[in-house]
Amino acid sequence: MAELINMRKVYGEALVEVGRRYPDVVALSADVSNSEFSWMFQEAFPDRFFNTGIAEQSLVDVAAGLAYCGKIALANTFAFLFATRALEMVRTHLCYGGANVKLMATYAGVSDSFDGPTHHAISDMAIMRSLPKMTVVVPSDPIGVHKLLPQVVEWNGPVYFRINRNEVPVLFDDTYEPVIGKAIPLRPGRDVTLICCGLMVSRSLEAAEILKSDGIDARVVEMHTIKPLDGEAIEQAARETGALVTVEEHSIIGGLGGAVAEWVGECYPVPVVKVGLQDRFATTGPYNMVLDQFGFAVTDIVKAAQKAVVLKRG
Amino acid sequence: MIHIHSEELVRDLSLKAQQIRLHVLKMVYNAQSGHIGGAFSAAEILSALYFHHLRIDPRRPDWPERDRFLFSKGHACAALYSALAMRGFFPVDELMTFRQFDTRLQGHPDPHKLPGVEIPAGPLGHGVAVGAGMALALRQAGKPSAGSAPSARASNARVYTVLGDGEINAGVIWEGVMTAAKYHLGNLTAILDYNGIQQTGATADVMPTEPIADKWAAFGWHVQEVHGHNVAELLEALDRADEVHARPSVIIARTTKGKGVSLFEYDHRWHGMAPNKEQFEQALNELEEGIRPWQN
Repeated sequence: MAELINMRKVYGEALVEVGRRYPDVVALSADVSNSEFSWMFQEAFPDRFFNTGIAEQSLVDVAAGLAYCGKIALANTFAFLFATRALEMVRTHLCYGGANVKLMATYAGVSDSFDGPTHHAISDMAIMRSLPKMTVVVPSDPIGVHKLLPQVVEWNGPVYFRINRNEVPVLFDDTYEPVIGKAIPLRPGRDVTLICCGLMVSRSLEAAEILKSDGIDARVVEMHTIKPLDGEAIEQAARETGALVTVEEHSIIGGLGGAVAEWVGECYPVPVVKVGLQDRFATTGPYNMVLDQFGFAVTDIVKAAQKAVVLKRG
Repeated sequence: MIHIHSEELVRDLSLKAQQIRLHVLKMVYNAQSGHIGGAFSAAEILSALYFHHLRIDPRRPDWPERDRFLFSKGHACAALYSALAMRGFFPVDELMTFRQFDTRLQGHPDPHKLPGVEIPAGPLGHGVAVGAGMALALRQAGKPSAGSAPSARASNARVYTVLGDGEINAGVIWEGVMTAAKYHLGNLTAILDYNGIQQTGATADVMPTEPIADKWAAFGWHVQEVHGHNVAELLEALDRADEVHARPSVIIARTTKGKGVSLFEYDHRWHGMAPNKEQFEQALNELEEGIRPWQN
């Protein structure tokens, strides 16, 4: 069993690291710094941290103002609030205006499980990736946070960085070298490809093991960047395995699944079966129970892969 | 510093305000689309800023030390474009491309297309919060921080934003107002174009905002009230606002929507309507008449 590490603490540490490395980085929070751990940045760089109060629209606008004047502004709050309450600010200033703001979208997916569906972010990737100029990055483990956050800071333009709230399995070691926009093959396979992101990478790897004993040779590809999408990697997976399963902690509408289906539909149509929340709200409860009961179980991935293989065979 | 403003300066800025109105009228008539009422009410405010108060350089629109001017009531941008062209940011002839296909003078301002435009505007309510972020960045530029080197030297540049009185219905305005007060942003000045009318009627009916001065004061801002078509009063208030260092300033400029043309004044229908030929000619005559007192 892989070691479990809390993503919030890892994120706080990574934030301090980028603060040290990039003097132009400032951080803001809508009064949830002790939830998402930007308090660690505040402690290290008190003059470069701004608490805008419980006001997410202002959070994004103030961050945009800082960015318009040359700062690299990392705005912190819960993912659903960026994607819903502050969306017009994101669209107008980050995407249209080009303000170099990085949205630190914490408590993503259903990871704020006990707070319930009001706090779950299940449509955020669909919303964010539909905006011109927006980049969407989803680290899948603590090493991913450390390796991707500096790239997010250096990225030219706005980024939506989607972070899990909870303990997640450590998948990678220091040899892991993710690059924004490039998919990472994690496991070879010929029959079907599981394209996954975030916490669902670890569950997809588990599913691939089970599928193997079932006689299905499943490839696993980590798609940590939802936009710009690595279309080449998707087309290669479609050509070589003939069936795709997308696995994400998000609604089945418009997220990674939507992006992959759109892509293969225009270059190399093959079956795409989507694992995710089935166009409904989840519920309150322990994280793993919510995941397992609402379509994110390892067995859901296994079934989706079996279905994809059947579809492929016609 | 509070300057003594000469009569010549006041006369020249009043004339320029009237010229802004003339450009706006021609642009909106030519495009048969655009917003006249709120552009006319802001003409003196823009004139005082662009032709006297703002520290800007049209040859260097990206000059890091420039004052930042945010025209938050972006729908009235025909007036902003006129001021920018007259100030030399782009040719005055280009004004007539307003709202034409793929023009640099987009329906609402686009900072990537037109030099001198700082931010996109149109969706209302952004001026104060974005301005607060800018004011923080400018003030902070030279400040050494624990554990990190300063990234640039401190800036004396200031941030100005013009708001509509209908615009302040938006909640995010007040979020920004609180943030600016919290951080004591003495380098931020808001000018409220208080013309009393918004798209569907009087602000007093649509969404009452009085007591407006008390509201801003209660939020911790330095408040001045002026006659918004009186250039001398505007210039003095802008100077005074610059002298307030520990808190942000608002200048409530009492204005008339559609100012300068009897047909347009006090009538909410001219918020976003284009004149026909007859109306255009009547308005043109009145504006040209209105210029004369300032020409001698």
